[in-house]
Amino acid sequence: MRLRLALALVGMLVIAACSGDGGATTSPEMSPGASPEMSPEMSPEGSPMAGGPTVSAIQERGTLVCGVKFDVIAFGFRNPTSGEVEGFDADLCREIASEMGVEPEFVEAISANRIPFLLEDRVDVVISTMTRTEERLGQIDFSKIYYLAGQRILVKSDSDYQEVADLVEAGVPVCSGQGSTSEANLRDAGVSEDNLVLFATYSEAAQALLDGRCDAVSTDDSILFGLAAQNDGLEVRGETFTEEPLGIGVKKGKEDLVELINGVLDEMAADGRWVELYDTHIKPYTGEDAPEPPLDM
Amino acid sequence: MFGQVIANNLELFVQGYLTTILLSVTAMTAAVAIGSVMASMRVWGGPIPSAVAGFYVEFFRNTPLLIQLFFFAVILAPANLGITRDAVIVAIIGLSIYTGAFATEAIRSGILAVHAGQLEAARSLGLGQLATIRLVVLPQAIRTVIPPLGNVASALVRNSSVAYAIGAREFLFMGLLVQSRTFSPEPYLGILFGYWSLTIPLAFALGRLERRVAFAR
Repeated sequence: MRLRLALALVGMLVIAACSGDGGATTSPEMSPGASPEMSPEMSPEGSPMAGGPTVSAIQERGTLVCGVKFDVIAFGFRNPTSGEVEGFDADLCREIASEMGVEPEFVEAISANRIPFLLEDRVDVVISTMTRTEERLGQIDFSKIYYLAGQRILVKSDSDYQEVADLVEAGVPVCSGQGSTSEANLRDAGVSEDNLVLFATYSEAAQALLDGRCDAVSTDDSILFGLAAQNDGLEVRGETFTEEPLGIGVKKGKEDLVELINGVLDEMAADGRWVELYDTHIKPYTGEDAPEPPLDM
Repeated sequence: MFGQVIANNLELFVQGYLTTILLSVTAMTAAVAIGSVMASMRVWGGPIPSAVAGFYVEFFRNTPLLIQLFFFAVILAPANLGITRDAVIVAIIGLSIYTGAFATEAIRSGILAVHAGQLEAARSLGLGQLATIRLVVLPQAIRTVIPPLGNVASALVRNSSVAYAIGAREFLFMGLLVQSRTFSPEPYLGILFGYWSLTIPLAFALGRLERRVAFAR
């Protein structure tokens, strides 16, 4: 009697677990022998364009799952009052989703888990201030470059440090993100391993800077501007000591999706939507006019 | 070839491993010291010391270690109390206080297990409160206390990994660092076996210690 009850409970748990999958875990269905149909123009009625296997699977599912940051102002930031995810990266997700005729869905992807999320098909794309590097190209595919950032330093306004070289010389702790290109660049610039104070999110790094647990935070200026905007008494300083081309990450083997994304980016560069996004999200923090879209860098 | 990623980053792993040992040994020592004092306060203290010790135990045993460490990291930082900004030192302090709460209860059970007649005999011989505790009660309490304290120590070795979240460069931190730089799952296995290599010998040594000090009832 008790054994049957236990088996029934286990059975119910198994069924609940199987049916409780979020949309992020489905993988694209490959129909045998199918070749991807690509029509670059939208059909006259404005219905979503036919795509290859990945795109079709996403369209069938009805949502595009994007891995974005939730704590980086200007790129991926979840508004605490409205719960909406705002920023350049988030809006790119919306543009791509609308091109495919699906709803965008946002999942938080921190630097350390965004590529594993892609490889595990927990997200369709990663748009989270991710730099395209040779090493990452070995793991995943990238779209064209949607923004060119550079690494600088963020310090307290009363600090003497101006450049990353000053930090290296003084041998002081520098905060950055675990698993980011930023921490690798800091090591290349001469910061010792022991002086790298690494956190899972940049908001934690900024907190540590404010507490005095490190003397600077260093990562892409795009992220630093956001941190400076949120905290009085912090300044972004120094020449950019790296060039960080940001691209949209896609798991290998989904060429049709990459082509679609590149198509969207090209259109946005041509019809002024890219500049619009820049003016909305980035210009308030840099004060500079939009540069040329860096798509083909 | 399996093990290549670990071999390439061996220096980081070894540094992390040694830091974990440092965290465990120092925090356990401090925890036993704190635990002895707090347990004594609870058993023999007046209403106020007893209440203080009671609050300490109930608070630090029943709140998440992770939040305690975040709290200590911020509070001890230069902008606040200005005691330290080294994450390892913060971890030692936080782990000592957290583990001390568990150690207190283990030691208290040991004290209470000592027969009341022992106390009466000691007092009738003219030993003062402190001397009684030190010379008569605690040595006997040790026997009862070793098994639960052993569990506390083993838990501490595993709990020390929580310190990665405040940036302490201990074993888990190093393993995750290598994983995030190489995207290889190898470090996960390395971390598991690494902690195992610490807890198994500890369990073995504690087993032998228990048998040596065991009561013949």
